[in-house]
Amino acid sequence: MTTTSKPKTPLPEEPKMLLGNERKWTDYFTFCTDHKVIGIQYLVTAFFFYLVGGALATVMRTELATPAPDIVTPDVYNGILTLHGTVMLFLWIVPAGAGLANYLIPLMIGARDMAFPRLNAIAFWLIPPSGLMLIGSFFFEPPSAGWTSYPPLSLTTGALGEGIWIMSILVGGTASILGGLNFLVTILKMRVPSMPLTKMPLFCWAMIATSLLILISTPVLAGALILLAFDLLAGTAFFNPTGGGNPVVYQHMFWFYSHPAVYIFVLPLFGAISDVIAVHARKPIFGYRAIAYSSIVISFLGLIVWAHHMFTSGTPPWLRMFFMITTMVIAVPTGIKVFGWVATLWRGKIAYTSAMLFALGFIALFLIGGISGVMLAAVPFDIHVHDTYFVVAHFHYVLFGASVFGIFMSVYHWFPKMTGRMMNEFWGKIHFVLTFVGMNLTFMPMHELGLRGMNRRIALYDPQFTDLNVLATIGSYIMAVSTIPFLINAIWSWRYGKKAPANPWRALTLEWQTLSPPELENFEELPVLKTGPYDYGLGYIAEEDPEELYAHAVPAPVS
Amino acid sequence: MSTVKIPSSIVTLLIGILLTLASLWYGQNHGLMPVAASEEAELVDGLFDAMMTIGFGLFLLVEGALVYSAIRFRRKDGDEGDGEHLEGNIPLEIVWTAIPAVVVLGISIYSFDIYTRMGGLELMDHDMGGPTKTVEVAYAADAVTGGSTTALGELPLEDQVSEAGLGVSPDAVDEGLSVDVQGLQYAFIFNYPNGIVDGELHVPAGQPVRINLNAQDVLHAFWLPEFRIKQDMIPGQETKLVINANREGTYPVVCAELCGPYHGGMRTQLIVHSPEDYDAWVAERLAALDTGETVASVPSVKSDRTHTARTDAEYLEPFVEPLQLAVAPERLAALRASAEDSAMTHHSHAH
Repeated sequence: MTTTSKPKTPLPEEPKMLLGNERKWTDYFTFCTDHKVIGIQYLVTAFFFYLVGGALATVMRTELATPAPDIVTPDVYNGILTLHGTVMLFLWIVPAGAGLANYLIPLMIGARDMAFPRLNAIAFWLIPPSGLMLIGSFFFEPPSAGWTSYPPLSLTTGALGEGIWIMSILVGGTASILGGLNFLVTILKMRVPSMPLTKMPLFCWAMIATSLLILISTPVLAGALILLAFDLLAGTAFFNPTGGGNPVVYQHMFWFYSHPAVYIFVLPLFGAISDVIAVHARKPIFGYRAIAYSSIVISFLGLIVWAHHMFTSGTPPWLRMFFMITTMVIAVPTGIKVFGWVATLWRGKIAYTSAMLFALGFIALFLIGGISGVMLAAVPFDIHVHDTYFVVAHFHYVLFGASVFGIFMSVYHWFPKMTGRMMNEFWGKIHFVLTFVGMNLTFMPMHELGLRGMNRRIALYDPQFTDLNVLATIGSYIMAVSTIPFLINAIWSWRYGKKAPANPWRALTLEWQTLSPPELENFEELPVLKTGPYDYGLGYIAEEDPEELYAHAVPAPVS
Repeated sequence: MSTVKIPSSIVTLLIGILLTLASLWYGQNHGLMPVAASEEAELVDGLFDAMMTIGFGLFLLVEGALVYSAIRFRRKDGDEGDGEHLEGNIPLEIVWTAIPAVVVLGISIYSFDIYTRMGGLELMDHDMGGPTKTVEVAYAADAVTGGSTTALGELPLEDQVSEAGLGVSPDAVDEGLSVDVQGLQYAFIFNYPNGIVDGELHVPAGQPVRINLNAQDVLHAFWLPEFRIKQDMIPGQETKLVINANREGTYPVVCAELCGPYHGGMRTQLIVHSPEDYDAWVAERLAALDTGETVASVPSVKSDRTHTARTDAEYLEPFVEPLQLAVAPERLAALRASAEDSAMTHHSHAH
């Protein structure tokens, strides 16, 4: 990164000079406490696991192209589906969100680093062992009870693999808690003096909500998993019915974390899209306070909806009604966000950048997941489609449509800041089109499959469902292929991409008011807010590459 | 552009009408659900159609606004300026907070009503014929017997029972058929009155049937897609359903909770008979019982293929040879034996 070129005559759109801020690639393999390094470590690690999870998904879809279990045996299939779910959630979406938060929060609030830099590095370095254990578990009596790992099944599928799996989630959960604590304290205590909470970028609001959820709910998952580990390894009977335990209690504890976890997965991207849309439509975010506070409301409501995963688990009727209503109500703050985003686009000046395309895809797909989510909240309907492909379709529209599109959107948007290079927009658009088409082709037919009677987590299915499954498999191949242009684009651009100015999108938030990539402690001198984060249309147009940023910058040593 | 300028309020009105019509049409014609074979299914389908209508309308509205914005408000080449400085609009924000709130409240109330009419909330006063009256929660309720936390279920509610429990009086349910279902990896075993045991569920149309669900090993779920009904089968905790079949035919019974590698193979059939046919079936099975053929018929291996419950062992058989599954022949034998064991156990209980 640093070593390639000597300063040359700048093209008009290029930065004035090459800077010494690019990190050596070896820095990313060290216990570095710089939040920018840690952020990129998280993102790259997460993306590696995304490829692993995606490969597993491709095997699953290949298996499901025909009704018979012919590609892998059903027990291997269950191992793969467990690993796919767990990897995608705990090693892709969560670390990717944490990576964005790490990179962006200090820059957005004008801080020099996170509140607890060493804790931050520890949190990151828990991820690789957690990932290794998780993937390793597959080779020792693979855990095959799904990512939910419901007992008694999870107690019968092989103690070693399941034990490693539990340890892995405990380590990953610890990383998540440490990260959440760090984000919260950083946002609350380390903003520049001129930035009140209501002038923060919405990403920071979303991270407050996310961190609260992490801190409140993750320990309960840890509790559930520790008790499960006792049942598994020490022969206790917390959840094991043969000793008088109650398997439904595990479900309560599991979902007390794992429903809020859905918001942990998606809220950071709700925040990111609020920033991206305003920039690329050149219009203030519509209803800043409504969008900011709705994150907090979602976070609170997210804590009291968990039993909607258990409408068929023999829960009492009154409890089902309570959780139905709370789940329905969560549509209101979520709707506020979606309408706010659309209204932001309305009468804006929309640039068709890759980041914006992924943002548009995000809204379009998340809407579908949101509508099917409200349907699923209705108890009588949920009883029919619970544990079917309708649910699989629903949560992929949320987790892929919103979270994964959101992550790609964020990468296209902040890549210039992170690396000092622009990504290739043409290949970004190809990536978008392939992902969007493949995604819909894969998951849209699953709604109908579930309604018609196809249950989930099966390696073999009724032949009447073959046609739609073939369609889904074709879609999944398109999605698999769609990753290739992104991968090449990201690697190539990082090395050879066009040099990025400090503020290529002429955005108003603070992370763009420093160099690309930012210097070691982010800002030459602590920035003062010139405008609010979304004050577009007031006559102040940010410069792409303001002269004064370079006044004290040291050119990279010629090598 | 155009010489005749249509007022925007009229355009909005037209779009609104078209959108409403499209939603109403789609809500009735989506064709996504399988055939409805019970009273409960018709209720659920009514709810689903209503949600599809609203959902499709919302889908068209928001996606329409999104696509329209993306086209109409795209940045022109060379335009470096900003859009309008519009930070929000409080009345508009109140509207789009209030409308979804009202919609989800409406759906909640409708769902509550449907659920009540399906018997989900009704505590049915139910005389088991024993000395004590126990109260049973109809339709997918919690366990009521034996637990220490079942205060709700044990309330003396005799006088409060309405006839809303699945639309029939509790007495009728008492008189009706009751089937005990046991789930095990990877089969359902159905235990009928008078010691009849079968691998398939046979019920008469037009009368309520009580289903008591148990699991022997891990969690299973008892799903009747054509009845829109599902209930987990929990080891150590009995769960209950009441179904009202109203359409004769043969329908799948599906396990819908991951229960092991061959979870996908854990399915059997539900046969809804006319009452006369059902009686004939019972008579036939009772006659067979008298001649001691019960056990042999449990996984109904001997009956013709179309009417065969495919138990785990049978289901796996075709796959073992050509595909080299990791299922040893001993495992198959063990599965078959366990199915027969449990059937025999139940048989003896019934006597």
